[in-house]
Amino acid sequence: METMKQPLLRLENVSVQLGHGDNAIRPVDGVSLTIQRGETFALLGESGCGKSMTALSILRLLPQPVGRITAGNVWLGDEELTALAESDMRRIRGRRISMIFQEPMTSLNPVLTVGDQIAEVLKQHHRMKGRVAADRVLELLDAVGIPDARRRAGEYPHQLSGGMKQRIMIAIALAGEPDLLIADEPTTALDVTIQAQVLELLQKLQQETRMAIMLITHDLGIVAGMADRVAIMYAGQLVEEASRDRFFSNAQHPYSRKLFESLPDVRKRDQALATIPGTVPSLNQEFSGCRFAERCAAGWDYCATHVPAWHAAGEDQATRCHRADPALDKPAISARVDGDKDHAARQLPASGNLLDVTDLKVHFPIHKGVFRHVTGHVFAVDGVSLQIPRGSTLALVGESGCGKTTVGKGILQLIRPTAGSVRFDDIELTQLAGEALRKRRSDFQFIFQDPYSSMNPRMMVGDIVEEGMAAQGIGNNKIERRARVDQLFEQVGLSAEHTQRYPHEFSGGQRQRICIARALAVDPQLVICDEPTSALDVSVQAQILNLLKELQNTLGLSYLFITHNLSVVSYLADRVAVMYLGRIVEEGPVARVLEDPQHPYTRALLSAVPDIEPDSGREVIRLAGDLPSPSSPPTGCHFHPRCPQAMPQCAQAYPDNFGAPGHPVRCFLYS
Amino acid sequence: MIMPVILWTDALVFLLTLVVVVFVFYARSKPHIRAPWQRVFRGRVAAASAVVLLAFVLVGLLDSLHFRLPLEGNGHNGEIHYSVDVLSVFDVLVGPLRSQEEKTYSAPFATHLFAKESVEHADGSKTREFPPLAHAGRHLQKSSTVKHVDILQRSLASLFEALLTGALMLWLLSGVLARRAARSTRDMLREILLQRTVIPWRTILATLTLLLLLVFLSINLASVYHVLGTDKVGQDVYYLSLKSIRTGLLIGTLTTLVMLPFAIFMGIVAGYARGWIDDVVQYIYTTLNSIPHVLLIAASILMLQVYIANHPELFETTVERSDIRLLFLCIILGITSWTGLCRLLRGESLKLREAEYIQAAVSFGVAHTRIITRHILPNVMHIVLITVVLDFSGLVLAEAVLSYVGVGVDPTMNSWGNMINGARLEMAREPVVWWSLLSAFLFMFTLVLAANLFSDAVRDAFDPRTRER
Repeated sequence: METMKQPLLRLENVSVQLGHGDNAIRPVDGVSLTIQRGETFALLGESGCGKSMTALSILRLLPQPVGRITAGNVWLGDEELTALAESDMRRIRGRRISMIFQEPMTSLNPVLTVGDQIAEVLKQHHRMKGRVAADRVLELLDAVGIPDARRRAGEYPHQLSGGMKQRIMIAIALAGEPDLLIADEPTTALDVTIQAQVLELLQKLQQETRMAIMLITHDLGIVAGMADRVAIMYAGQLVEEASRDRFFSNAQHPYSRKLFESLPDVRKRDQALATIPGTVPSLNQEFSGCRFAERCAAGWDYCATHVPAWHAAGEDQATRCHRADPALDKPAISARVDGDKDHAARQLPASGNLLDVTDLKVHFPIHKGVFRHVTGHVFAVDGVSLQIPRGSTLALVGESGCGKTTVGKGILQLIRPTAGSVRFDDIELTQLAGEALRKRRSDFQFIFQDPYSSMNPRMMVGDIVEEGMAAQGIGNNKIERRARVDQLFEQVGLSAEHTQRYPHEFSGGQRQRICIARALAVDPQLVICDEPTSALDVSVQAQILNLLKELQNTLGLSYLFITHNLSVVSYLADRVAVMYLGRIVEEGPVARVLEDPQHPYTRALLSAVPDIEPDSGREVIRLAGDLPSPSSPPTGCHFHPRCPQAMPQCAQAYPDNFGAPGHPVRCFLYS
Repeated sequence: MIMPVILWTDALVFLLTLVVVVFVFYARSKPHIRAPWQRVFRGRVAAASAVVLLAFVLVGLLDSLHFRLPLEGNGHNGEIHYSVDVLSVFDVLVGPLRSQEEKTYSAPFATHLFAKESVEHADGSKTREFPPLAHAGRHLQKSSTVKHVDILQRSLASLFEALLTGALMLWLLSGVLARRAARSTRDMLREILLQRTVIPWRTILATLTLLLLLVFLSINLASVYHVLGTDKVGQDVYYLSLKSIRTGLLIGTLTTLVMLPFAIFMGIVAGYARGWIDDVVQYIYTTLNSIPHVLLIAASILMLQVYIANHPELFETTVERSDIRLLFLCIILGITSWTGLCRLLRGESLKLREAEYIQAAVSFGVAHTRIITRHILPNVMHIVLITVVLDFSGLVLAEAVLSYVGVGVDPTMNSWGNMINGARLEMAREPVVWWSLLSAFLFMFTLVLAANLFSDAVRDAFDPRTRER
């Protein structure tokens, strides 16, 4: 009876330190948690909050030689892991606790077959060899849903897709038959439809093997769908722990609440999203108060001087906040002080299409042999037509590899299209070249996905923003341009003093603001945003979305918003176009497409998005397999091999535009 | 009046020095350039090797200030004739080292020649014995000190002087640093001695004191002995080794100066423009790489030799003649060695042209030349720097090998390669004359070791892959 009650894993006051001396960072500072057998425990938080470090400290895999556990105990059953010798830890790792990492592309050894990599674990922990091991490998591959396991076991990682690789990682993790599986952002690098497959697989395996899962994620939707219990981490500490239902119905800590409020959503379309001002404090200091106090809307002066203790807040719930302390006299929460304002009403300028793309094609030739003759083409974009009216936003949605970004670059002539026409303000861009094109470039701008790599690290940000103006001849002299740069910085929420700094001195959100300022500097009419928030945390994403929306309202900008995040689409876009393998399969007003999707692919995509409403009763449409290669697309409708509603005629020809007026759908279901 | 002589290589050396000085001032205002250099000088090994390298550079620079002295008894109508000997400031500084020539070989610290000679005595008898040296050890005969005691006394005196100067420098440095940090000199002194400063001053001072010891030893001992012996024609080997520093440094740096424009321009343009330009550049360096370098160097040096021999009127002095040969050696070495860097830069630019900040610049309509100079060049400079520093020691060694083969610098020029070449015969003698080879080895070893240690530190500080830790 005693062993039944004992938790599987118990962390007591674990602290981790990286580095030595004054600059030492404490990414984990006194974390205590317990995980029961067979439960899914979600550790949630923004980047840099110490989630991964907590996981690594359990397995004693902290980066060496800088990282070490400075205090606390890690109990696995009745074994104390921090006291074990390194050789004994090997008996634990992979056998009793396994881990899967975020990036499946780099977690597998590229020169060994996947079968060998699984067999290695079997040999290490179960002394299985030869036939027995080979059979077990096939069993495991079957268990993680890899079709044609016998053939796949002999393949190398580069022959598999991202989703397959993550399944292999799970198979390796399962090979040791662990009691606990630590999954560190297991689906962040994957597309939503693949993410749904992997999450479903994890749930199925958990039911079969009764192992516990520690799920580390930043996605509230995944937590809602998977977790039994949730812990929120902020700046190295747990700030709230609760059962899933309590957490989603009644989150206590102001930080948890802000996370919910900052999620973009169709219902928040007309208002600004809640944001958390400031940034996560650096963890090399001693804290004398609540770590969230500076950014907290519910705090008062007491919070800055007193470290909050861990207070129970009802059954199954505890939080680290003074507001939960029954012994304290608490002032009322002041009205919104963080300056969030609702958006000004949007003035739609004169109607007419700013951008009119017809039948855009971008094909990349594949060269082979000594003479590098063309043996085939990658049909990255294969006949895309879209229109963007002035002052409105079109969202282009699709999985990675479907050609979204190439459409954007093809429109801007950063990649020259193979065929088709791009009419911008009644000028045919595909016909422009050299100086003529260079002069028009100020009208359309691009905001890149990764704010870290889109600025030259060796230029000051003021110079970066000014460069485009100088190239386009905006402003008569340097002084005028400088004044405009200062003004732009104010406009995007930075201060003019920031211009004299280098990109690395800014956080991700600030950098994306600078990128926006850079695009605005040349007074564009159209801005193509290529996943501008996918590298950012939720609260920072809200800031950027607010900024983009405000700029559209005041400047009348048009956006082509390339994304895979459907909640952002519902918040920001007017119309949405869904892309699959180089072609648009459905297009229409955002409300109609998201609420009443027509194309089977759109339906599958929408159903695969994790929803924070638990038990919303929706059925996940599971898509078989992966995106086919764009160099040899399937005959007929590109989607038919994965389509649950495929008909014989789908394999014959590519469907024309069907569907209601203003809402074209390329599917034979509507012919 | 003396007549200054500016050799081709001198001009280039001072151009290079000017470039370095300008770069230092430019870098001071740019934190992203300054930061990695500060990281370099925070390492103790790097700081010590930098001091050693600077000492070599100082000797090289002093040896590059050339002039000719007027001849005694000038001709009529005010015309001044100049000596054909081209001297350098360094020659003047070391004074007796240059002029105290013996007849032939003598061992380090010897007072007599290495070979027996017939000596005619006052009474007309002849004996074969080791004749005393013309310059070394003369003072021993006047006073009656024993040689070993004399050497010991002079060494101790040098040690004392070096320590005294070192202490003086320590005191001055802590005074300056203390004033800058607005603290007391005592505090700063303790910080330096306990190595608590950001820049490892204690290491730097220790290295400097060691170098000073060598300087004082040279002053006290080399003026009265041949500390490293003399060579076949009686020249002081220590002097020859010091004079060779300039040759070694020139080969290492001027070659780089020649190759950099090729490598940077061709590499970046090939990677950025791609297409047929890339093909042409690739063909050029693949072809150049397939020709054996020694063959190419031998062919061009031999051709140059013929040219010089046929046009004696172009060169006023032998120094000018050997100088032009050195310059051509640098050029031809540069032409054969730019391919490696060019290939690296091509690869890096291929990668960078796809970087988002370059794409952003293109989408602003920024001109190509500007993209190359503002965006690509600054982001490949770390590769250039690492390659240059790493190549330096290789080139110094290459000079030795080429001179040994006979296609290196002019035989009349002082160089370690020539010293080693000469040692071929010396090593075959019985008893062996070992000091030329040893001195060339010692000097080359010190320079190359310091350069390698320094380049390691530079690579660690600039390479983004090693910076993570």
